[in-house]
Amino acid sequence: MERTPGVSTTVLGADEIILNMGPQHPSTHGVLRVKLKLDGEKVIGSECIIGYLHRGVEKIGENRIYAQFAPYVDRTDYVAAVSNGLGYCQAVEMLLGTEAPPRAAWVRTILTELQRIASHLLWLGTHALDIGAITPLFYTFREREEILKIFEKYCGARLTTHAFRIGGLLYETYDGFEEDVKRFCQDLDKKIAEYEDLLTENRIWVERTRNIGVLSAEEAIDLGVTGPVLRASGVKWDIRKAFPYAAYDKFEFEIPTGRNGDTYDRYLVRMEEMRQSRRIILQAIESIPEGPIMARIGKVLKPPPGEVYHSIEAPKGELGYYIVSDGSVQPYRLRIRPPSFINLEAFDKMVRGHLVADVVAIIGTLDIVLGEVDR
Amino acid sequence: MVTLLEAGRPYLIALIRIIVVFLGVSLLVAYLVYAERKILAHLQVRVGPMRVGPHGLLQPIADGLKLLLKEDIIPQGADKAIFWLAPIISLIAAFTAFSLVPFGPNFAITDANVGLLFLIGISSLGILGIILGGWSSNSHYPLLGALRSTAQLVSYEVALGFALVSALLLAGSLSMQKIVEAQAEQGIWFIFLQPVAFFIVFVAAIAETNRNPFDLPEAESELVAGFHTEYSGFRFSLFFLAEYAAMVLVSSIAVTLFLGGWLRPFARVAAFDFLDFVPALVFAAAAAWCLRAVLRLPRGREWRWQRLMLYLLGAGAVLVFLVLLLPVRVDGRLAFPVLGAIQGVFWFMVKVTALLFGFIWFRGTFPRYRFDQLMSLGWRFMIPLAIVNVIFCGLGIVLSKKSDWNLTASLWLATAATLLVAVLLVGRRRV
Repeated sequence: MERTPGVSTTVLGADEIILNMGPQHPSTHGVLRVKLKLDGEKVIGSECIIGYLHRGVEKIGENRIYAQFAPYVDRTDYVAAVSNGLGYCQAVEMLLGTEAPPRAAWVRTILTELQRIASHLLWLGTHALDIGAITPLFYTFREREEILKIFEKYCGARLTTHAFRIGGLLYETYDGFEEDVKRFCQDLDKKIAEYEDLLTENRIWVERTRNIGVLSAEEAIDLGVTGPVLRASGVKWDIRKAFPYAAYDKFEFEIPTGRNGDTYDRYLVRMEEMRQSRRIILQAIESIPEGPIMARIGKVLKPPPGEVYHSIEAPKGELGYYIVSDGSVQPYRLRIRPPSFINLEAFDKMVRGHLVADVVAIIGTLDIVLGEVDR
Repeated sequence: MVTLLEAGRPYLIALIRIIVVFLGVSLLVAYLVYAERKILAHLQVRVGPMRVGPHGLLQPIADGLKLLLKEDIIPQGADKAIFWLAPIISLIAAFTAFSLVPFGPNFAITDANVGLLFLIGISSLGILGIILGGWSSNSHYPLLGALRSTAQLVSYEVALGFALVSALLLAGSLSMQKIVEAQAEQGIWFIFLQPVAFFIVFVAAIAETNRNPFDLPEAESELVAGFHTEYSGFRFSLFFLAEYAAMVLVSSIAVTLFLGGWLRPFARVAAFDFLDFVPALVFAAAAAWCLRAVLRLPRGREWRWQRLMLYLLGAGAVLVFLVLLLPVRVDGRLAFPVLGAIQGVFWFMVKVTALLFGFIWFRGTFPRYRFDQLMSLGWRFMIPLAIVNVIFCGLGIVLSKKSDWNLTASLWLATAATLLVAVLLVGRRRV
């Protein structure tokens, strides 16, 4: 083999290996490309190369009227479309100076929390698959399917739902919505216990995740990491509590935090978050108020000139929308703050000194979606 | 002419046996893949292959044909000769070893007095194919896979060897036939005398065949496909066959040494003689299953092939059932010569299947170890444990000879001592 230019030698005098992981690789969760510098199997440097799924979503936003752009945000984090929709609709509502009626806020909260559970289930299945446990994937997809069925019954779509409209909801809840949601929540506890049976105290699982990709609280804050990744490092920060939106201030729930900031803690935090989401849903479903589901806004949305930044706690972290209006029917500038992209910044710090096998564990634990990283 | 035929007779018999074993093992391997897909599917709330034949029973044939017809790619910059050779080495090593496996009392291709040594040697050769294949591909992922498999083999071979020694101490022979006969004479399978050794052999066997949780050389979520990333078509299928054949082989070794080989459970207890009829009953059950499946098929012309195939399968099962129960009157008592002839092979296969189910079950349950954890498990737990086990086993045998303790009691004492050491070893390992 010829010597690769720019490659230095390692301590033992051997060549460093440059290993390209992705964009086509089973465990990079899409089209992430990671350029790893290896000494044997040890990672001594890494570089994330992104952009393979770039569609210019933000630029498209400048060329669509406000209502037209709403389906596009579903396609950023495409496994948590409902959450994206909530963030965007609320940002535009703030720009317009209106607010969705209480009934709409309640339904939005329920659907968003269901979406959080669905997103975490997908994360759990794929993360376990990356670490070599192939079975949890099918169990989590079985439960996720129930959530997608509820979405489908509600708005006709399963994945890219476009469930909410600016100003509230387009559809009233269907007959039997409450029963479906309650039935799902009743089963969920047992199902989560089932996953935990397979993983939580499994010696191999613990050895593979504990002390892997450690991120201290200071480092996490410095890097701007949010969501479960930040909370696992011990920082109690959740936008649902800090700046309540929709109907979150009406419900009781805990913010689970970790201690070590390692992959195992992030696993535990997300498992607990699913239980907390279930708690929120059960409270909300009991107290949905009656009333209109749509605020009184005009047919043509022309927000006054100005700018707004609104962020929500998406399943993966802080999802923010920054919209500048010039008073026309289209945004002057639209910017999305994607949690996946910013969490991915921590990758290099987390991966250094670990082995190749840990790289996929760390990509999995960051819970990135490339649609959102690249937009 | 007659003398020539007579002189050629042993060779002819050997040839027939080779063909039977080769075909039998190939079929077994093909259906092992099918069984794995089915069992995993049912563990994972799926149904698995269902389309090709009833319950997907012809899936292995379809897969084999597909692999044969696929384009065979040799990557640019690969070392062609070695790239060619590697899968062949793996396959030959896996299949050659079957020449010594005693499937039944008189059914092995050959029996050698160094049987076990030869088996271990030949089966480790298979890893050479993996190393060469990974090296010659001229690609990073296969290279890493090959490096991992080398390290893995070296560490677990040692533990496996030590664990096998304790069975040898009990049998007093390296010949595979003699080892089973020793278990028949002593009236107890060696697993009940040496459970720790069996445990080590089973774990090491999983590691040697690169199965989950030790499937690092081909960890698909890390190394794409590990050492066979660059292989495709027919050559890939050779590697694939070799891997599954190796699984059957290590299970056979474990069965021969620890689970009484071809012996029926309770072989020396007359009260359990009814177990001799189990092989026939299995085929009766298969026929009944076919009947049930036919009755459950929906009506309609599009199901006629399924129905026909189920009828054929059922008829075949009934036929085998009848042939097995072909009675012959000997000295005024009924005897079943055909049933007697397949007795050994049947029980051997039952035990091998049980172990193979364990392999598949593990794959559905465990996450994968990391490379350094695998090494630390091997060197800091398995190998010390295996050495301690051999020492205590030897002491136990000496104890039973010098005193009036019987062998079982003294070996159980030895096992208790070994388990104590195991607890100490586990305690010392950091988590």
